[in-house]
Amino acid sequence: MRAIPKAKRPKLAVWKFASCDGCQLSILDLEDQLLEVLGSVELAYFPEATRAVLKGPYDISLVEGSITTRHDAKRIQEIRRNSAFLVSIGACATAGGIQALRNYANLRNYIQAVYPRPEFIDSLDKSTPIRNHVFVDFELRGCPVSKEQLLEVLNALLNGRKPNIPAYSVCLECKRKGNVCVMVAASRPCLGPVTQAGCGAICPSFHRGCYGCFGPAESPNGASLAAWLRRLGQDDEAIVRLFRSFNAASEAFHSVSTAHENPKPQG
Amino acid sequence: MTRTLRIGDQVVLDRERLAGLFEAIRKLGYVVHGPILSDGAIVLGPIESDRDLPIGWRDRQDAGTYRLERREDDAVFGYAVGPHSWKRLLFPPKRSLWRAEREGARFHLLPIVEDTPKLALFGVRPCEMAAIRVQDRVLANGQYQDSNYASRRRQAFVVVADCHEPGGGCFCASLGTGPTEQGEGWDLAMTEILQGRHRFLVRAGSSKGLDVLRALPWTETSPADLQAAERQRQRALRRMGRRMNPEGAKELLYQAASDNHWDEIAQRCLMCGNCTMACPTCFCVTVVDRTSLDGSQTERERVWDSCFSLEFSYIHGGSVRFSPYARYRHWMTHKLASWQDQFGTMGCVGCGRCIVWCPVGIDITEELETFRSRVGGNREAVR
Repeated sequence: MRAIPKAKRPKLAVWKFASCDGCQLSILDLEDQLLEVLGSVELAYFPEATRAVLKGPYDISLVEGSITTRHDAKRIQEIRRNSAFLVSIGACATAGGIQALRNYANLRNYIQAVYPRPEFIDSLDKSTPIRNHVFVDFELRGCPVSKEQLLEVLNALLNGRKPNIPAYSVCLECKRKGNVCVMVAASRPCLGPVTQAGCGAICPSFHRGCYGCFGPAESPNGASLAAWLRRLGQDDEAIVRLFRSFNAASEAFHSVSTAHENPKPQG
Repeated sequence: MTRTLRIGDQVVLDRERLAGLFEAIRKLGYVVHGPILSDGAIVLGPIESDRDLPIGWRDRQDAGTYRLERREDDAVFGYAVGPHSWKRLLFPPKRSLWRAEREGARFHLLPIVEDTPKLALFGVRPCEMAAIRVQDRVLANGQYQDSNYASRRRQAFVVVADCHEPGGGCFCASLGTGPTEQGEGWDLAMTEILQGRHRFLVRAGSSKGLDVLRALPWTETSPADLQAAERQRQRALRRMGRRMNPEGAKELLYQAASDNHWDEIAQRCLMCGNCTMACPTCFCVTVVDRTSLDGSQTERERVWDSCFSLEFSYIHGGSVRFSPYARYRHWMTHKLASWQDQFGTMGCVGCGRCIVWCPVGIDITEELETFRSRVGGNREAVR
């Protein structure tokens, strides 16, 4: 391993917005490569790993979470101004996350039901991805992100090359692995054909349908998949639930769930 | 055993002697792969003996659906083809092409281990044998040879098994690639006979195959054996799930390049690429460069790719085939038409995998006939 002189190491910052921390913890999950990663960058801001805080500007900012408050909407602008390369990581940062289910409901009702003192809650009506607020240089999908893909993006940035992050469907990964298609062989609903690869087809490898946590693939045809799921016996409610999870607010999944929420009368 | 066997001689091997065939092949140093039961399907995997085969199982296949069922007999080859094809073994989904290490301002190549196992492919269907011949043309005998494929293929011991239980997606009969048309390129060919005594008609197609067959306790065939095989063949022909009329397919698809029907297909097509992965002849790959974090080492890996991905046709300025209809059109036109111009054969062997393993059951035979009816050609119904 070639040691990078400290002064030449890119300054890395890891920021959190509305999220569960799972994506940024994927960095610490890189157990075998962690020391090498830490030897290649200067950790400037990463509260999950260190209390040390360095001033900006930052060479690489990893942004986790969605924008759900006015305060965060301002904070992301500040981060963007201080970052040369900004990567949003995970379903929250790239699509609004599971908390974007609020987009389909009345937020006030939720707040009233959950909090004893609702007046303390100051929240936006909708949960939105980072790119709705600032320019994003690269998006990494998944709930959580794949630690291998996270490492690949850092690796590509350090080596000045394009990251190998394919935008095609999960099916390509699934078939390369030699999995038997759960939809064809067991009629199990699977979002793999319309979901972006990157997870290594984890769920179908364990005989489960993909639930789309990596969000829509590059050319998703959710309408056709949903029509076929109806033929396999799934009702509209099940289809809405399938398309409305971690990437509910992504345009390609949103259009399918809304179409099946208010289905056109038959005949 | 009263005479010396020659290549092409058809003899009888009793079902109870099948284990001996595996022993004979393995004794020659081959790693045997063949059909096994796994995850609700018959897939390809390493097998030790006849006990590992899906004895007494059959598959029910149709567009977008596949199910296993118990048979009422103990047939060894009582099913059609599964989701895997032999290209998994001859042309693996991932392979390292080269590695290099930085040395100051220069670099030097590091040795890679060429993984070329001595494989025995057991239970290859005639349509699959046809697919292997198609890939031979492209990868081993064409202008650009893939040395790893060529080496795996050259070393492989191929045992073909005639098909007596075609599936709902099958249409080999209409393309002349099955159910019993084995063609060339195999070492042993077997016909399972279920009627009467459970037995196999076996013949050698190469000297390697002959060596194996000579070591087995074979007996002479009787006219009854041949009649039983022919009856089975006729039954298989009647049970072929689909039909494709290859006549004029090339001209037909070239003429249909701007047909609106491509748009209609694109409404259904998921762009997922399953058809290309399941197809036994699709050979497209991409290369992925990996680096070590400090940039001192790099590796180029080759992986199966699909013409349904946008990056597949990405050049300066964007993807050539951006619209979904253009991607489906490219695949189908290549498979049935331009493949002929390029390689002198069709790229389709009638195995039906692209129909069965399409998550939404798009049927290439049906689409071809739709185009035929639209350009006013032969309007004969296909099924």
